[in-house]
Amino acid sequence: MNSTPRTEPARVGTPATRVFGLLAVLFLGWVVVGGLFITPADAIQGDSVRIMYVHVPTAWVAYLAFIVTAIASAGYLFGKRHSLGFDRVAGASAEVGVLFMALTLMSGSLWGRLTWGTFWQWDPRLTTTAFLFVTYLGYLAVRGLGGTPERRAKRSAILALLAVLEIPLVHFSVLLWRSLHQEASVLSSDGDVKLDDLMLFTLLVGVLGFTALYGWLVSHRQRILTMRDIEEAKGIDLAISERIAEGSVR
Amino acid sequence: MNSLGTGGVAWHVAMKDLRIEWRGRVVINQVLPFAALVMVAFAFALDSDAVLQRTAGGLVWLATMFSTFLIVQRSYAADVDDGALESLRAAGIDMQGVFLGKSLAVMVELFLLQCVLVLVGFVLYDVQMSLSGWGMLLVTMVGATLGLGFVGVLYGGLIAGAGYRETLLPLLVLPVVAPVLLAATRATESAIGVSGLTIADGWPWVGILFVFAGIFGLGGLLSFDSVVEG
Repeated sequence: MNSTPRTEPARVGTPATRVFGLLAVLFLGWVVVGGLFITPADAIQGDSVRIMYVHVPTAWVAYLAFIVTAIASAGYLFGKRHSLGFDRVAGASAEVGVLFMALTLMSGSLWGRLTWGTFWQWDPRLTTTAFLFVTYLGYLAVRGLGGTPERRAKRSAILALLAVLEIPLVHFSVLLWRSLHQEASVLSSDGDVKLDDLMLFTLLVGVLGFTALYGWLVSHRQRILTMRDIEEAKGIDLAISERIAEGSVR
Repeated sequence: MNSLGTGGVAWHVAMKDLRIEWRGRVVINQVLPFAALVMVAFAFALDSDAVLQRTAGGLVWLATMFSTFLIVQRSYAADVDDGALESLRAAGIDMQGVFLGKSLAVMVELFLLQCVLVLVGFVLYDVQMSLSGWGMLLVTMVGATLGLGFVGVLYGGLIAGAGYRETLLPLLVLPVVAPVLLAATRATESAIGVSGLTIADGWPWVGILFVFAGIFGLGGLLSFDSVVEG
């Protein structure tokens, strides 16, 4: 029996995170090589079409993340046990979603500058995406308000479900708003891209790669959130036992 | 108290909130002057009569939205400080009634504020409007007030008792009420007849306002009990 303490750091990976991580590295490796060097430039857009290999997958992941947040929130609220596991998945997914939505908005406006000549357009899809981003920034702020984990879970779950109400309303009203206005004149090409097989393949690999990255980030993040909750509970237990000890000394 | 129905609770809560407001006169003495100042500030910033006339509708609604945050915060301040909301809940009072009552009080204050803002805006920005335009504006004000009131009270309740209330409320509510700002602005522009718009162009927007109010009114009724649970 070796009694010396092990010096190597505790491992936080699980088989699931390793699979996600490996897939993400493999797929995203292809996106870097294929997207930057192997796939052809677009006939109209030139090299700026390569932004698509990041933009489309990050947008997909952001929407996926918010859907997962909504489902996990419903799972917490309507589940019989009100499991905090649902709440942590909702929180972790929203954090990653906000990150990817920021990447989507940034890569999109860079592409827009190159293709449309402007960073931003009041297009319904763009506008709704921006509102989605701000809405989940607010959601994360509410998660950080403090209180017991149960209070946090309930408050943020209701907020996430209200966002499901809000987003279609925002989208519909912006749609109606823009349909009454003339199309922006800066739109030089309609942005449609004719994709050849290799481009489509790279895009698909990008979607898979970023989805794996999402899975990797969320599974790690929710484990960290779990540990944080445990640490906080420990701190409270410790404080209580200290007070009890103080009382019994007198 | 339990013999009171939802409507009875709503009425008492609304009267209580309005009485507190009437005695403190914070909305009249502080929020209203603030909103009027915002209208003046818009005139300074935009610095053109033509632009002001064209944007008058939107400016009135922007000032209304800023004021909504102040009114909602004010509506919860007294409740939270004294733990009144939790006491009501512990006493078994119908929370749907509390939601409706608080919403009603906020809506009354908001509507009165809007009446003043519209008059101030029309005087300052020199806007002319037909009689049917006034009718449409009135319906728009009612629809927008319902939506803003329900959303404000629902989200205000969600973060009542938490820190950072003052800064968090606008961040949460502004994205949600974006459809109200859009719809009320377009409807008001139609009522005024800005850039060739007619009254008929405004009705779909008025419809959106009432659909919005209906959805969030219902959402609030269903969730308010869980929202304020401490």
